[in-house]
Amino acid sequence: MAIATADSAVRTSRVTRTFLYLVLLLFALFYLLPFGIMLLNSVKPLDEITGGNMMALPSEFTLEPWRKAWSEAQVGVEATGLRPYFYNSLIMAIPAVMLSTFFGALNGYVLTKWQFRGHNIVFGLLLFSCFIPFQIVLIPMARMLGIFGLAGSTGGLILVHFVYGIGFTTLYFRNYYAAFPTELIRAAQIDGAGFFRIFWRILLPSSGPIIAVSFIWQFTNIWNDFLFGASFADFDSQPMTVALNNLVQSSTGVKEYNVHFAGAIYAAVPTLLVYIVAGRYFVRGLMAGSVKG
Amino acid sequence: MGFLDISNATKSYGAVEVLHKVDIAVEEGEFLVLVGPSGCGKSTLLNMIAGLEDITSGEISIKGNSMNGVHPSKRNIAMVFQSYALYPNMTVGQNITFGLEMHGVPKPERDKAMADVAKLLQIEPLLSRKPGQLSGGQRQRVAMGRALVRDPDVFLFDEPLSNLDAKLRVDMRTEIKKLHQKLGTTIVYVTHDQIEAMTLSTRIAVMNGGYVQQLGTPKEIYDNPANLFVATFMGSPSMNLIPVTLRVDGNAVYADTTDSAGAAISLPVAQGGDALQEMTGKSAILGLRPEALTDVDGADARAAQVAHVANDVTVTEPAGSDTFVTTTFGGTDCVARMRADADAAPGQRITFAFNMDKAVLFDPETEDRLA
Repeated sequence: MAIATADSAVRTSRVTRTFLYLVLLLFALFYLLPFGIMLLNSVKPLDEITGGNMMALPSEFTLEPWRKAWSEAQVGVEATGLRPYFYNSLIMAIPAVMLSTFFGALNGYVLTKWQFRGHNIVFGLLLFSCFIPFQIVLIPMARMLGIFGLAGSTGGLILVHFVYGIGFTTLYFRNYYAAFPTELIRAAQIDGAGFFRIFWRILLPSSGPIIAVSFIWQFTNIWNDFLFGASFADFDSQPMTVALNNLVQSSTGVKEYNVHFAGAIYAAVPTLLVYIVAGRYFVRGLMAGSVKG
Repeated sequence: MGFLDISNATKSYGAVEVLHKVDIAVEEGEFLVLVGPSGCGKSTLLNMIAGLEDITSGEISIKGNSMNGVHPSKRNIAMVFQSYALYPNMTVGQNITFGLEMHGVPKPERDKAMADVAKLLQIEPLLSRKPGQLSGGQRQRVAMGRALVRDPDVFLFDEPLSNLDAKLRVDMRTEIKKLHQKLGTTIVYVTHDQIEAMTLSTRIAVMNGGYVQQLGTPKEIYDNPANLFVATFMGSPSMNLIPVTLRVDGNAVYADTTDSAGAAISLPVAQGGDALQEMTGKSAILGLRPEALTDVDGADARAAQVAHVANDVTVTEPAGSDTFVTTTFGGTDCVARMRADADAAPGQRITFAFNMDKAVLFDPETEDRLA
């Protein structure tokens, strides 16, 4: 009896498992389909697409659309391709990500390990920046950037993204540090380490996973942002997203779909790379075994 | 004036006072154990000595210097935490020398100090490992190494053994005691385990409800508990508490109670007779340790006053070295510690020997000692 039950349990589990994987595979394919089509069409000559066969494999393979999107396409006034805007996005996103992650960590440290009267209210107010719709702040922010003399510059965009990133990064680090044993902080205090030394030497080196989370989240958001880029950037500081829009929306000449597809992939590659490189740290338990057995 | 002086130390959180005017003077080289149930204030007191918590009123001084408001790192103390609190990102060696580095000790000196401590604690092979790769006992050693390397005036231990398994706990207990005897350092040690308190300390402070109930050597605490709380908290199995009525007969004082059948029995009180002269008819609680209630052959031959009383055995628990025999006096269960091969079986009527030299009397109202 017991053996029969075990047998049928094995059989059922095999059937369910097959079914499960099948469903997962279907969803994965469904999800990858748009990206697959982009990839396929970015390596076709234009006439193959306009000929009406978008789903077919390319009969003639070419990297010309990729080259054109990068360095030749008409985006702004001049035919520069997307390259300068890609660099704009990089020099905007990297400092903004680093600043917001660093200050999020510092905020999280203070809010959990150096609590003061009203720390919860401060935290609550910081969380506002996670949940207000950004359209609301466009005009006041434009005014502030004007006052700071940062209007239309990459520096201005860095400031905006840094300020609005702090809310989320503080949330991440606060929750991570809340679980960080306070006894470690006390031990370091007795050892003679001060506020910043504890932060640098004890807390930050143990924050690998949450730094990765914050980094991925912030980079994806800032890189993909269109609203702030379209509102606050000048021609020479426009980020990739705005440039891509300009490329695709341009109303002169022939619509070069293959170039558009290649450009869109250029815009997506950095966030994909960040996820692939840093994603593994998500699951690494760097704190394992530091406290208790 | 002691080496470590705690005078009138009080701690309040808002309106709630959790520690009430604690007075303890610790001499140099002493091993003081603060023991008590959870929430008695022992860890708070330790944190106040460490400077991790402010002192609300009163004073704590080390070597005659007031420590009120002095930063933990400037008190020349070292602390071993319950969770060990090893820095997870540093190797064992870095963990041990971190404090020295923070105090600006040059690297060659740090390395020498680390080597000495590692040798003392036999953790040399572990120096380049991370805490995550160590067993519980090894982490415990590293945590002690981190404290020792600083050569502090006072060592503070916050329940350092409670995360270890039973066998390791006993081993480490011996090791800590050895270390104390070898180095002669001043130690304040917090635990809720009364056996740890008895075995390790030179003096014990039994705490409850934010008060120091009794401060004394392990023997004083065990033999002469100041009140019912100390009597029941210290010792395992705990002290037998028999409700009695006092009766003065000439110079002698008797404690009257009943056996398990309800028949009256009378026990001669050996000590404190004078204080009890006026107390005829008053009820009291007679406290007797299990080892002072035994079989006739196992009774202490040097005891001046031994009373023999026959009673029914309810339960016997052979524990190998001893047999614990449960019976009923005055309506409460009493445990007698008998020799392993003592002749006792449940339901049997045997003779119990009361070593009245060791008996103590408590007031049932105030729970304080009568005699």
